[in-house]
Amino acid sequence: MQTLGLRFPELLLWSPLIAGLLCFIVKSDKNAKALALFSSLLTLAISFATLIYADDKYLSGMMDKYTWLNSIGASFQIELNGMGRLLTFLTAFSFPIIFIATYKNTYKNANAFYALMLLSQAGLMGVFTAMDALVFYFFWELALIPVYFLCSRWGGERRIQATFKFFVYTFTGSLLMLVGIIYVYLHTQPVRDANTGAILNEHSFAWASFRAALFTASAQKWLFWLFFVAFAIKMPIFPFHTWQPDTYEQSPTAVTMVLSGIMVKMGVFAVIRWLLPIFPEAAADNSMLIIGLSVFGMIYASLIAIKQDDLKRLVAYSSIAHIGLMCAAIFSAKQIGQAGVMIQMFSHGINIIGLWIVVDLIEKQTGVRKISQLGGIANKAPILTIMLVVIAFANIALPLTNAFVGEFMMFNGLFQFNIWYAAIAGLSIILAAVYTLNMVQKVFYGQTNSITENVKEIALNEKIILGVIVIAIFVIGIFPQPMLNLTKDVAAVILNKGQ
Amino acid sequence: MNAIILTAVWGIVMMLSGAFIKNKSIPKYLAIGGIVITIIANCRELLTGQLLFAIDVKDMLHTTGTNLTFITIMLACTLLYFLLNGRDIEKVGDHVAEYFALIFFVLCGVCLVSTFNTLLMLFIGIEIISIPLYILTGSDKRNLKSNEAALKYFLMGAFSTGLMLMGIAFVYGGNPAASFFLDKINMGAGAMPVMIVIGLVLLMISMSFKVSAAPFHFWTPDVYDGAPTVFTSFMATIVKAAGFFAFVRLFDNAFGSIQPQWQKLIVIITAATLLIGNLTAVFQQSVKRMLAYSSIAQAGFMLFALFALSARGRDGLVLYTAAYSLATIGIFAVLIKMNDYTIDGFNGLAKKQPVLAFTATIFLLSLTGIPATAGFQGKFYMLLAAVGNGNHLWLVILAVLCAAISAYYYFRIIQAMYFKESNEATTQDWDISLSFKILLIIVAAIIVILGISPDLIINWLHFEA
Repeated sequence: MQTLGLRFPELLLWSPLIAGLLCFIVKSDKNAKALALFSSLLTLAISFATLIYADDKYLSGMMDKYTWLNSIGASFQIELNGMGRLLTFLTAFSFPIIFIATYKNTYKNANAFYALMLLSQAGLMGVFTAMDALVFYFFWELALIPVYFLCSRWGGERRIQATFKFFVYTFTGSLLMLVGIIYVYLHTQPVRDANTGAILNEHSFAWASFRAALFTASAQKWLFWLFFVAFAIKMPIFPFHTWQPDTYEQSPTAVTMVLSGIMVKMGVFAVIRWLLPIFPEAAADNSMLIIGLSVFGMIYASLIAIKQDDLKRLVAYSSIAHIGLMCAAIFSAKQIGQAGVMIQMFSHGINIIGLWIVVDLIEKQTGVRKISQLGGIANKAPILTIMLVVIAFANIALPLTNAFVGEFMMFNGLFQFNIWYAAIAGLSIILAAVYTLNMVQKVFYGQTNSITENVKEIALNEKIILGVIVIAIFVIGIFPQPMLNLTKDVAAVILNKGQ
Repeated sequence: MNAIILTAVWGIVMMLSGAFIKNKSIPKYLAIGGIVITIIANCRELLTGQLLFAIDVKDMLHTTGTNLTFITIMLACTLLYFLLNGRDIEKVGDHVAEYFALIFFVLCGVCLVSTFNTLLMLFIGIEIISIPLYILTGSDKRNLKSNEAALKYFLMGAFSTGLMLMGIAFVYGGNPAASFFLDKINMGAGAMPVMIVIGLVLLMISMSFKVSAAPFHFWTPDVYDGAPTVFTSFMATIVKAAGFFAFVRLFDNAFGSIQPQWQKLIVIITAATLLIGNLTAVFQQSVKRMLAYSSIAQAGFMLFALFALSARGRDGLVLYTAAYSLATIGIFAVLIKMNDYTIDGFNGLAKKQPVLAFTATIFLLSLTGIPATAGFQGKFYMLLAAVGNGNHLWLVILAVLCAAISAYYYFRIIQAMYFKESNEATTQDWDISLSFKILLIIVAAIIVILGISPDLIINWLHFEA
């Protein structure tokens, strides 16, 4: 036992959790805001350290394990592996960006707002580091509760219905997953003491035990769906996506960024961490169907996005299309495709946050989100426009941008799996170009009108944030190797069950 | 044992205090003192096995770590209930001491049904619980609804008691030893004389009635709604929990070996209870009535202990009843302070009474079964037991879908409190003391602590002095 107990995975968890609880107590809105920003920067620093000391077994906490529920053999086990490191870094990186970008927004009861934001960050960190199924389920739900309150309290006009729909969808999915978790748990092998061989516990919730669990092929079939539905709702995959546009539209922008930038990655992440390694045969059996749904969802969402007049809804549907591609690439079960998913999870996270920041800036200045009512912003705010154009290019996955690397690899994997699916999915790139460029053209170019006349150039904090995102887009786009190295072990794990 | 005697004695003390003490607020403190003494004596019995009175019970009562822990939990819940609702009990009517005395008699019954080892003790326990409850239900004498509820409860209760007696008679006659003892009734797998089967079904019906499982639940909404709210709180929590504990003990010890034969019946009852409770609760406008249906819905989950009939199910039941009782006592304590019992009455409560709204949210989250609350752990253990049983997995899926439905009606209150503006026409005087708020926070804290570490209860269940 180490004497100094705190290691990276725990620090990542504790720092937002404690800051979040403190925020509830802080009375002044200004202090709460500062505290939230400070804690998110602290988390970012810790997360940086996890990348630098990635090889240090002690600090990275490859085996952080405390007995939690002794009677049923659940232990509080968290660790950082390649994918966990990537996604915790995405979480740590996004929150300061979100806080700084929305620093001037004022909220009623700002302390509660920031407290809930930080608690959701803590929940996300838990999801990405958990190596025990019960711990994973705990955080999976706990990340949802703060978001429920954030959206319902500070959202738009129809927020209560929209958020509630979101909540019921995800809660139902989670409960089905819980039944699945319990079933797998009851089919795990007994845990034995390493030295004596005595049975410590009949069953275990640990990831490794789940992976080694034995059950019949028919059980695997329905278990797969219990888990997959929960994850598909979160991602979301057609036809489980109907909560998503409404929720994105009605949530306060900071929360929409969390939802679309990080939370949807929970679903993708969970499929890779918890679904494929445990049910490889069922995943292979169902891959045609699921990739079919994903590809159909991509085209469907892209077509709807073209029709959208509301900026937020446009970004929401574009996000469904991108996530669909990730899901398809995961189930294509090709190493290059899955490596692409890793990099794309990060890229999509920052790109979409960038898009939301721009949408939010426009809405704050003009008060409208309708594409048809806007125009000519480029004349008034050239820097904003340049930034937006770069982010928009990344959204279409043009070469040199970060999304290109990921999408190229994912299409590569999909192509190897089935050429027709790849061809149809490829259409979505063209459609993405249609709706993105159409939006850029109508909103930023052309003549200014009465609504956009008074648009001003963006402020310094917004310039910095968008600048950081743009730089990240190019850096990853040109030099993705470090990120690929970070997660290279993951694809190997997925593809080699039972060896 | 200690608890049985002390609660009975203290009930008499309370009755006498009503005759001699005219001051209305003293009975409350007397009652709190009594419950504290009982808890201490009971814990002493659990830890050291020390009895205050050496009485030979001829093995008709059986105390184990599980029983005593369960009694401790129920007594602790009653203590919290007294502390939270003491002042509201005083407001019900003029006979304050008698109300407390009746509650102590109910507690005596609770202790009996938690430790019974023969059918006779079970019957006596159930009756000691029921009769004071009939009186408490009708204690709001000038309220017609209260009277109606009491009469309804009494008639239905008497009917089910009759069925139970008949069931006991059949079981008595059906076993070759002609015995009331549970282990004598249990004749091993496959041994199912007709008399035993008839007795089993009758007992199942009457116990289902007591714990308000469908289709024997029809009295519940009316009685819970009509009774003074403080007593509804008591009925829906401690009494119901004890009923379930007795139900499981009876079927586990007396009919456990023929469980495969009657499991189908339980499956039907469970499915009906879950569906009826949850679906009807969705349509309620009054929070009090909604909580009545929600208590039926929660009973559906508790029935999984009978369905599974495993060690994990028994542990889970205690955890579940503790979680459910704490949260329900809490939410009723908040409800009592409201003038308007409709869901709209909760509109904007977060602004007016942030502490009440916050703690009520914790209670509701626990009832929904969100992780990090005791309610989640209860549901989790129940699902674990049910899936472990291996049969009828569709019932488990049905249960979780029903739990998702329950989120709908519980969250309606949260939405009203936090996200809706209050209709300012109704200003009400809040009769809320600081200690009340602190107590609510303590209850909420216990729920969260149990939610993170349920082993605090589970470990005690297997404690042997």
